Amino acid sequence: MSNTATKPGAFEGHKKLERNVTLLAALTLGVVAIGGIVEIAPLFWIDNTIEKVEGMRPYTPLEQAGRDIYIREGCYVCHSQMIRPFRDEVERYGHYSLAAESMYDHPFQWGSKRTGPDLARVGGKYSDAWHVQHLKAPRDVVPESIMPSYSFLAETELKVPDASANLTALRHVGVPYTDADLAKADADLKAQADPNADAGDLATRYPKAQIRDFDGDAARVTEMDALVAYLQMLGTLVDVNSAAAQEELSKEGGR
Amino acid sequence: METVVKRLGMWACVLMASIAAIALTPDSGFAIHMGIVGLVAVLLIVVTATSFDPLARAQSIFRMPPGPSRYDDDVIRWGVIATMFWGIAGLLVGVIIAAQLAFPQLNLEPWLNFGRLRPLHTSAVIFAFGGNALIATSFYIVQRTCRTTLALPGTARFVFSGYQLFIVLAATGYLLGISQGKEYAEPEWYVDLWLTIVWLAYAAVFVGTVLNRREPHIYVANWFFLAFIITIAMLHVVNNLALPVSLLGAKSYSAFAGVQDALTQWWYGHNAVGFFLTAGFLAMMYYFVPKQAGRPVYSYRLSIIHFWSLIFLYIWAGPHHLHYTALPDWAQTLGMVFSVMLWMPSWGGMINGLMTLNGAWDKVRTDPIIRMMVLALAFYGMSTFEGPMLSIKAVNSLSHYTDWTIGHVHSGALGWNGMITFACVYYLTPRLWNRERLYSLRMINWHFWLATLGIVFYAASMWVAGITQGLMWREYGADGYLVNSFVDTVAALHPMYVLRGVGGLMYLTGAIIMAFNIAMTIAGRLRVEAPMGETAHDEAADRPLPVPAYAAAQPAE
Repeated sequence: MSNTATKPGAFEGHKKLERNVTLLAALTLGVVAIGGIVEIAPLFWIDNTIEKVEGMRPYTPLEQAGRDIYIREGCYVCHSQMIRPFRDEVERYGHYSLAAESMYDHPFQWGSKRTGPDLARVGGKYSDAWHVQHLKAPRDVVPESIMPSYSFLAETELKVPDASANLTALRHVGVPYTDADLAKADADLKAQADPNADAGDLATRYPKAQIRDFDGDAARVTEMDALVAYLQMLGTLVDVNSAAAQEELSKEGGR
Repeated sequence: METVVKRLGMWACVLMASIAAIALTPDSGFAIHMGIVGLVAVLLIVVTATSFDPLARAQSIFRMPPGPSRYDDDVIRWGVIATMFWGIAGLLVGVIIAAQLAFPQLNLEPWLNFGRLRPLHTSAVIFAFGGNALIATSFYIVQRTCRTTLALPGTARFVFSGYQLFIVLAATGYLLGISQGKEYAEPEWYVDLWLTIVWLAYAAVFVGTVLNRREPHIYVANWFFLAFIITIAMLHVVNNLALPVSLLGAKSYSAFAGVQDALTQWWYGHNAVGFFLTAGFLAMMYYFVPKQAGRPVYSYRLSIIHFWSLIFLYIWAGPHHLHYTALPDWAQTLGMVFSVMLWMPSWGGMINGLMTLNGAWDKVRTDPIIRMMVLALAFYGMSTFEGPMLSIKAVNSLSHYTDWTIGHVHSGALGWNGMITFACVYYLTPRLWNRERLYSLRMINWHFWLATLGIVFYAASMWVAGITQGLMWREYGADGYLVNSFVDTVAALHPMYVLRGVGGLMYLTGAIIMAFNIAMTIAGRLRVEAPMGETAHDEAADRPLPVPAYAAAQPAE
């Protein structure tokens, strides 16, 4: 009755694969490679994947050190850095995130879960003192918060063994640090958080860099300085509300 | 003698290198990791140079049958023990972090904060518990289905112990703050390199054994294991491409940035689910379900179709983790379409597994191991329906960033991966230790119900939490303003987080009962208990009823 039983068809051919592990492995690798090649590879050469915007610059050594602490503490498991283009998100967090805003992020920190709020544009929303107090004892400022406390950051001296080595590695993977940035990395690191030090041309090499004591302890540069410096610059580089940016966006016809 | 000297030299070199690294590195976490490597080298020097044989001693502690067995099963026994150990450890950390979300005072900074413990939980359950189960079962299955012993037995032992070293380095690293900040790929560059070596050795043992087979055909379970090994190698290497700042420090920076890094990461992340937690576990299913049911696999053709379509489609699904982000729209849409299509091959696997029970369905009532397998397949089917649904952009706009995702992964992880692994360990233990049967079948029943109820608590509370959170975030009042501040949504979730913790605790309790049952079985004990599923036959009740008096009084029509 059943005609499928009498028809040898395509399944006969499969028996060849079942007898040859090399063939089976090669075909498997081919089949699993296709998706990645078609989906990921074009992102590296299609120009409008990352549309150019004004204002993006690499992180200062202090901000990058803060970012490294953010990664070390696993902040990304509870906080996203990616505002989606919905009315409620834009009203809650600010303009939706642009691809260019994470173009120097090695690795990206978009996150996947909001146990806490999005941080893509947290820079400038709260004072330094608020951040320090909140990191030391989150429930002192937000009673319902379930965030762990990070008071040890304020007591830990910021130790970056070789800031210029970090920047060099980042330059190798594509962040456009200049030779001057590399040469002055260690000095920049300290000067950005020390109101008494001479920051030199830090602010011209890193436009919009915020130079001040962040943790309320001017005597030393702590991990708290670095993390707060990073948080305070998040989302502040691109002026998404400038007239030129708005005009450009209005012409955008989808990606 | 010469080989002993060579080996001593090799381990001494490793020891010297680790001491040099400790002395030269400015990075304390890296120094501790090199200390662990140095300790392992010292142990190996002692083992090589003296007659001290910790392996033999441990084998007697774990009552491993002495002498060669028919197949090369020693490394599998170790794998079963490691699976149980890491399973309990991973679940315990899970319960702890669930409690931290409900009661934040439980965070102990800096080492035991949620941000450091959460990668420890995910890595412990996926890579330590799941990975050990996969390595052990693949070595078991490939020998039986190829009718040969393991090729490269020494390398197989290296795969096991090398993999444990990887787990220890990864786990201690998270607590020390060594992380490259990519989910499910947190270990730093040197640990990644080590895993690559171990993985290539694993591939060599597996493929070598398949090449030595005494059967003309390669059994379907081995296709899935092969796809799992190859694809994980590809994903692991590409996603972890990074540049270390210094060879004497833990820190590295990803080779990719921003959008490209995001898609590479989720191509990896989603296919860690697709190939580690799906293809590999389907391979386990394809051997152990037919074995335990005593029935052949339902459909050979279905297994061909669903194998190729599953591995082809899975790879595309990564972008559904990035809906409405700065990833180009075409990639998001492509990811969504392939995710929805993925529903079919996933259910192909479920159907092939469940239909294998045709003619043996009565065993669901009498055999708690079969019952676990059926539940695992049911959860596999449910989460592979939920997944495509969540990948639809409109649904995802609500569910993304919420606990719904957490509920989804746990119905898959606890229901499918956990239950099928438990069933396989229950199947393997008496066979590997030459025991008549398990210590207790009734304890499996307890385990089954605790785990099932635990999953129901977990998944239901996270569905409610996720949808609550998603709706509260987007709720507008009549005045046109957002109704809830972010922290209102956090406060609203507290009861759900408590319930989730209760669910996790039940699941952990079930696993502890299992560990006890397995330990007793290994010890060679048999619990005296009433057999399961035997419905007593009451001879006296099995008779025609006497005609009632009132019916007898009436004339028949």
